[in-house]
Amino acid sequence: MSDTQTYQHGGQDGEAGFGDYVLLLKPRVMSLVVFTAMVGLLVAPVHMNPFIAFTSILFIALGAGASGALNMWWDADIDAKMRRTKGRPVPAGRVAAGEALGVGLALSGLSVVMLGLAANMLAAALLAFTIFFYAVVYSMWLKRSTPQNIVIGGAAGAFPPMIGWVAATGHVGLASVLMFGLIFMWTPPHFWSLALFMKDDYSNAGVPMLTVTHGRKATRTHILIYTILLAPVAIGAAFTSIGGPIYLATSVVLNAGFLRGAWAIWRRDEVQAEADNYAVEKKVFRFSLMYLFLHFGALLAEAALRPYGLGGW
Amino acid sequence: MSFQPDHDLHKRRLGRNLGLGLSLIAFVVIVFGITIVKVSDQPRPWAKKAQPATSVSSGASATVSGPAAGTKP
Repeated sequence: MSDTQTYQHGGQDGEAGFGDYVLLLKPRVMSLVVFTAMVGLLVAPVHMNPFIAFTSILFIALGAGASGALNMWWDADIDAKMRRTKGRPVPAGRVAAGEALGVGLALSGLSVVMLGLAANMLAAALLAFTIFFYAVVYSMWLKRSTPQNIVIGGAAGAFPPMIGWVAATGHVGLASVLMFGLIFMWTPPHFWSLALFMKDDYSNAGVPMLTVTHGRKATRTHILIYTILLAPVAIGAAFTSIGGPIYLATSVVLNAGFLRGAWAIWRRDEVQAEADNYAVEKKVFRFSLMYLFLHFGALLAEAALRPYGLGGW
Repeated sequence: MSFQPDHDLHKRRLGRNLGLGLSLIAFVVIVFGITIVKVSDQPRPWAKKAQPATSVSSGASATVSGPAAGTKP
């Protein structure tokens, strides 16, 4: 009875369901981490025990989820001000901020130790650095202080395929650096195109996104520049040990499409964008998701076909 | 006497406890699985003794003696 009274009196505080704790781990981001880490691990030119491979990917994903929980603990104040994030468990009052911190710290330790035991210490160290980079360098430091937050913070999202590769091989190779570079260079145009049509969110929260600090025209120019810089990194991976004709063809087509979209964004102004409710920006944002998925899908296809003499050069 | 239906609070609590319980079981299974794989992959020192030792018996034929491969001495 007293439980019920507490619950009714205090809203949903302290009585979250299991799903709320899962939401703390940002499952949509985790799905991308699982996919890219899995590709990084599977394209590595070594055999790995399937169970160890599965657990390695699981703990990389868990580490990413832990950093997401730490991010939600730290950013609860600004999450509450943004439409996109105000329904998250902490700002919505379903999970206490301290609980998010506890979950984040516990899962960080667990995932790093278990990855070290399952795979190797270098992979565990990289995972620990990724969690630190996302929670401390990006969330606590860069996000609220510089419009380059997305550029530098993008490194945190770029590490999973490299960790997957290191879990399999035990060392950092050129191919894993290029997979890192692909996500790192992809992140700014992806998020800036989102920032263009979620226009009030970041300014309301006081987050210095490029759209807020340098204006929307400058953001459009930055999207074009980063998309141009992204193309050689993405296509360059075709000529490494993990690339091949399938990846090369996929990458050329996708980069042409992304460049076309970035060009279209650059040519527009706010009046045109408002007139069609940011249709081009939304289309480029959706295309950028497909862009990354298909690049890593092509790498996976090369690796899958290699035993039959079809993948690779 | 009839039981009152569970309050939403209790449903949430049950879901949380079940989720945590299943997560812990999954963790135990994973640790057990990793242990089995790691132990299976370890080099077995006694395997050295399993090298086929040949001894020449009377005549030209060679017979293998010593412990069978992979068996403890």
